[in-house]
Amino acid sequence: MSASDDNVKDVPSDNHEEGHGNGSIGFVILFFVVGLIGSLLTGWVLFPKLLYSQKEQPIDFNHQIHMDAVSDGCESCHFFREDGSFSGVPTIAQCIECHEEAQTEDPNEIKLVQEYIANGEEVPWLVYARQPDCVFFSHAAHKEMDCTTCHGDIGHSENLKTYEENRLTGYSRDIWGHNIGGFKKNTWDRMKMDDCAECHERETGSKGPCFQCHK
Amino acid sequence: MKIDRRNFLTLGGSLVAGGVVGTTLSPLPWKLMDDAAIWTQNWSWTPVPTDGKVSYENTVCTLCPGRCGISVRKVASRAIKIEGRKDFPVNKGGICILGLSGLQLLYGPTRVKTPLMKTGNGTFKTISWDEAIESVSAKLNELRSSGKSDSVAFLSDSDQGVTAGLIKRFLKAYGSPNFISEATFKDAYKLALKKMQGIDAEANFDIDNADYVLSFGSGIIEGWESPVRMIKANSALKTRKAKLCQIEPRLSMTAAKADKWLPVVPGTEKELALALIHVILKKSLYNKDFVARNTVGLDKLTQLTDSFSPEKVSGITGIKPEDIMALAADFARASHPIAICGKGQGNTPESMTQIMAVHTLNTLVGNINKKGGVFTVSLPDYVTWDQPEMDETGTTGNSKDRIDGAGKGQYKDTMSLAHRLAGIVNAQGKNPVEALFVSGSNPLYTFTDSIAVKKAFEKIPFIVSFSSFMDETAKMASIILPNHTNLERFEDVIVSTEAGKSAIGLAKPVVDPRFDTKPTGDALILIAKALEGSVAEAFSWESFEACLEETLGDKWEELKENGFLENADSAIASNNKIDFSALTDNGLAAIEGDTANFPLTLIPYDSLRLAHMNIGSPPFLIKTVEDTVLKGNDILVEINPKTAGKLNLSEGKYAKLKTPKGTVNVKVHLFEGIMPGVIAMARGLGHTAYDDYLAGKGVNFNELIGPVEDPASGLDISWGIRANLTKA
Repeated sequence: MSASDDNVKDVPSDNHEEGHGNGSIGFVILFFVVGLIGSLLTGWVLFPKLLYSQKEQPIDFNHQIHMDAVSDGCESCHFFREDGSFSGVPTIAQCIECHEEAQTEDPNEIKLVQEYIANGEEVPWLVYARQPDCVFFSHAAHKEMDCTTCHGDIGHSENLKTYEENRLTGYSRDIWGHNIGGFKKNTWDRMKMDDCAECHERETGSKGPCFQCHK
Repeated sequence: MKIDRRNFLTLGGSLVAGGVVGTTLSPLPWKLMDDAAIWTQNWSWTPVPTDGKVSYENTVCTLCPGRCGISVRKVASRAIKIEGRKDFPVNKGGICILGLSGLQLLYGPTRVKTPLMKTGNGTFKTISWDEAIESVSAKLNELRSSGKSDSVAFLSDSDQGVTAGLIKRFLKAYGSPNFISEATFKDAYKLALKKMQGIDAEANFDIDNADYVLSFGSGIIEGWESPVRMIKANSALKTRKAKLCQIEPRLSMTAAKADKWLPVVPGTEKELALALIHVILKKSLYNKDFVARNTVGLDKLTQLTDSFSPEKVSGITGIKPEDIMALAADFARASHPIAICGKGQGNTPESMTQIMAVHTLNTLVGNINKKGGVFTVSLPDYVTWDQPEMDETGTTGNSKDRIDGAGKGQYKDTMSLAHRLAGIVNAQGKNPVEALFVSGSNPLYTFTDSIAVKKAFEKIPFIVSFSSFMDETAKMASIILPNHTNLERFEDVIVSTEAGKSAIGLAKPVVDPRFDTKPTGDALILIAKALEGSVAEAFSWESFEACLEETLGDKWEELKENGFLENADSAIASNNKIDFSALTDNGLAAIEGDTANFPLTLIPYDSLRLAHMNIGSPPFLIKTVEDTVLKGNDILVEINPKTAGKLNLSEGKYAKLKTPKGTVNVKVHLFEGIMPGVIAMARGLGHTAYDDYLAGKGVNFNELIGPVEDPASGLDISWGIRANLTKA
């Protein structure tokens, strides 16, 4: 800034010259900090709240009760078909095997029987682990692993958590992970490509070629 | 602090700077970038595979005469992949590139979606099936009542199966002798068997078990006969250490993979075959026992081939006398030798002399109806309906002569002479064809001298096309009654498998029809029912499917279930002797054009990557064509560097290709694998119809040649033409 400029500006407030300089820097820092904190709060706190919508499952399924009733663990209901493909979320036909009529007075079971089984309709489950269409994942190839490695201990949960749907992509928050920063403590906290690659590199010595999963 | 402009900017700037730093340190931009990428995958117009139950449905591919069994992978109701069917006797799990691309025909943009009618200004308007049937039957009733029933002709790609049977029956009841079907080398071979042995049989070549294959230009790995079966048979030859000798003027894929390639002057293959017979007889290399028991006319054969000494034939064919002698010895001394013919994919007939010479070679080595030889097979005949009752118009119409001249006089055994259609219509005087129906055929593209064919079609007042696609012929039609595509319809087919076996195959719908189309059989039944006189009575079936079911009788359920039914007794046990004296020679084959103006010989070549018959190549195929065949929209013509040097032509440069039939612009491709003086170009390009992937690319070979009739059969055996190539 040239001296002549200063003179022009400073003429009307001569006696505040020093104060102006100090105050100005203070304000600059203050505004910077406001911007910084504001955007940090937006990014870390407000953004996830805006990004995800909260949806409840149609029926609050209790995995624990079913786990106690079956003999074959997770695979009793989430089984491999004869051709090696994975059945995934059970269909209503499987539910009917035990729940043709309600066995308890649990409102969730009554809802299942009355709204879905009676009408032969599939339950529109919201799938936490649904991956985008461009991802090819074979459960058969990962058969030796524990289900919990990727899915967590959902098999012993008594309630289904709220499904948080990404408003942009339509997929569950569980894919990116609950932590918006992408930090994870457990293997099942995230299901992004890096998480697949991390395990592939550790177990096979290579992250694998693109075509392995993106067919 | 007073807020003035300067302070405002400074403070605003720091706020923004803080915001930028903070945002960068927050997950917001990184997460949004990731989500935005996934968001773009979910746009409604982004193609995403259907989600649903995966299933496989078996059918038979009818895109070429090969007839492979296919298994269509479906997700919910959408067909998503075509695979070869492992338990099908023809292809045993294999599939060719055209079969694989079948989905592009089903879902592609060239489908005819509803019946269409040509309007006064040359465009098509959509009409309902009722209106379409009404228009066609009105025209047919009009012609019939004015005594012109024989002016109706029907052009079909095949004369086998229930649909062809219905067409023939329709014409018979209606009163027209003009059922015209296209002929391939197999039809010509059939004719040769009839002339030599008096049997109605089809030849089945057991390459699968032969130990020496002598091929007169047959593209064994380029789509000859049944492409997948032959590719597998060729691989098996290598495994068994069997030998393949390829005789053709150009180093084709088959020649490149053969044990021996003998470049022969194009058109002199039959002279070479006669020379081989000469050597075998002279050196007494033939199977005397077999010849004595099964043949007559050996003396005539000796007489005929007497003048075809290796020395003399060497001068004609360009093959050294010692090579001819060695070839004859190798062939005759092998334990399962087989000679085959049918140039390229074998879709065009060969001369009777050529075929009979080849069959004679097979007979001399005794390899008829034996493993690794030629089987004469009687094909299953299940279309055995009672003759239709005919009224007077029908009887009169059928007693008239065929317009193409087949079936009488010197061509009494020839079924059809389809190539004559254009000549007949274009000839001076009255056009004898008032109405032409075209089913499964695209004559405007596949017939030789396609420009004359177009001119003829312009003269025919009423053309009905049954094409599923808007091909060259459909574009010329007055009315289009679109057929279902091969994956949407029933179709019975006859398949040849190894060791002379045959089977009936049934193609069946694997997806629901996408558009308002109908099987040609159904359209015919509807037209017949709307006609006056005895025609309706001859078509009592409710639908094409009902007709198929009745016709196939007890085979129907098994065919629907399994897709094929093996024919137990197919090899013909005929006591008829093979008469060598049927083999005659008409001298060197003449081709159109004089050597002064046209110093070169132009021949076509076939490739599995280009469909050149009634089906246009889908985009998958075009993408695989090398840039030595097609570069941009320019077709390349192969020429030997020596010939090119003389003509001052160089690689990749434009040139003018002139034949007696037409002149086109091409690019030059120097190729050591073609004989000097010969130039070659690919068949299957130069379409004016279909989609942007196919239309306007290259030149249609058929535009550059004209029909050449074989004196013995009348069939169009045109294999090339004289040409000139000059710098553009």
